[in-house]
Amino acid sequence: MAEGGARLLVADDNKVNRLLLTRNLVLLGHRVASAENGRIALDMLRAEPYDLLLLDMEMPEMDGFQVLEQMVGEPKLRDIPVIVTSSLEGIHNVVRCIELGADDYLPKPVNPVLLKARVGSSLEKKRLRDQQKDMVRRFATSEVAEDLQKSGFALGGRRLRGTVMFSDIRGFTSLCEAQTPEETIELLNSYYALMFDAISGQGGVVNQMIGDGLMAVFGAPLPLAEPELAAVRAALDMLELIDMFNLERSAMEKAPIRIGVGIASGEMVAGYTGTEARATYTCIGDTVNLAARLEAHTKEAGRDILVDGDTQAALGERVPVEAIGEVRFKGKAQPVPVFAVRPQAQR
Amino acid sequence: MSANPIDMAVYNDLAETAGAEFAAELAGTFLEEAPPILAELRAALGSQSADGFRRAAHSLKSNGHTFGATRLAEMARELELGGLPAHSAPIDALEAEYRKVAAALAELIRG
Repeated sequence: MAEGGARLLVADDNKVNRLLLTRNLVLLGHRVASAENGRIALDMLRAEPYDLLLLDMEMPEMDGFQVLEQMVGEPKLRDIPVIVTSSLEGIHNVVRCIELGADDYLPKPVNPVLLKARVGSSLEKKRLRDQQKDMVRRFATSEVAEDLQKSGFALGGRRLRGTVMFSDIRGFTSLCEAQTPEETIELLNSYYALMFDAISGQGGVVNQMIGDGLMAVFGAPLPLAEPELAAVRAALDMLELIDMFNLERSAMEKAPIRIGVGIASGEMVAGYTGTEARATYTCIGDTVNLAARLEAHTKEAGRDILVDGDTQAALGERVPVEAIGEVRFKGKAQPVPVFAVRPQAQR
Repeated sequence: MSANPIDMAVYNDLAETAGAEFAAELAGTFLEEAPPILAELRAALGSQSADGFRRAAHSLKSNGHTFGATRLAEMARELELGGLPAHSAPIDALEAEYRKVAAALAELIRG
């Protein structure tokens, strides 16, 4: 955002105040819109992106306090910095503004020099915050970014119920040998793009990518109504997207790829692991191990999608599955029942 | 004695930072906006609306400060903080001060 580029909104019911504040901000090189009361201001904030709100407190219809309260509750508005410009009487009112999330308070009549400094600092803070959010989003997922923003960052886990998915490309090693490294990178990028779409489309979060494999979680960090169903639907979407991808590949005379997916549901511990400097959102526990084992077992079983008993029970009749018997996995004392999501359900 | 109801240091500051022409236009806007706000103040007393009374007084206070109408702003502030008065005398006094301010501002607008 260049010096002149910021888009500001002035909310004040008093016309003289509104015109004067707008004038001062325009003189500072900003683009300024204005609203006559809190309700109009909120509507404008929801309709268009603004970098900063300058908010009067005493307004009819909806006052500044109500505006601040509303903004805290709306993710889209929460991050817009607010400078309260008011001639409020009483320090408790100023304190209340700050507690409700206002970044700064400028008494009226607003001193233009102070205005310039405060607006500049608020915009700079917002720019840094946006940048940070963008970084987090690129390296994590929007859900994790959202979670981090809401509850802050803390190492350590939390026990929850959810569904874990592992997926990888079959015969990836021999595939790599048959093509150039550049082709492999390109293949992986397309593959990941498709898988991310399928998984986030069903509310899941991809939290690990290792080579051609990925791990996704459903139901954490944000709760999902039915993580089991979401995970299986995501897996079916993934297969469908791979089919389409293979059509493209065959048009270019490239070999098709196949994936295997393992899904397990149950209790797990989810949270940030690593160090204060570098951490990742992950889930651990038996459920996670089981999903990984199921994925590895898809090759042996000759099935695309394998799920555990807990996932199958939650699906009910909605997704047809076939019991393929009990399997004794490494690390498990008892053999566990394994179900294959039926191929006909996949097309 | 008829001291200037406008603190010229404040007004000149405004004219300097926002532009003389803009300051004059803004004063013109105030002369249009203030009478309805004074009317609101009376209406709020009539209907015993403490919120409306406070808000109208608050508006006049803040505009008074903008143009350097310090006494007007002080009087409005007293009304803002004092709650609904028992009778309209304080509003009459405020309105009398406003008339002085309006005359002085009109003078300034004419240049």
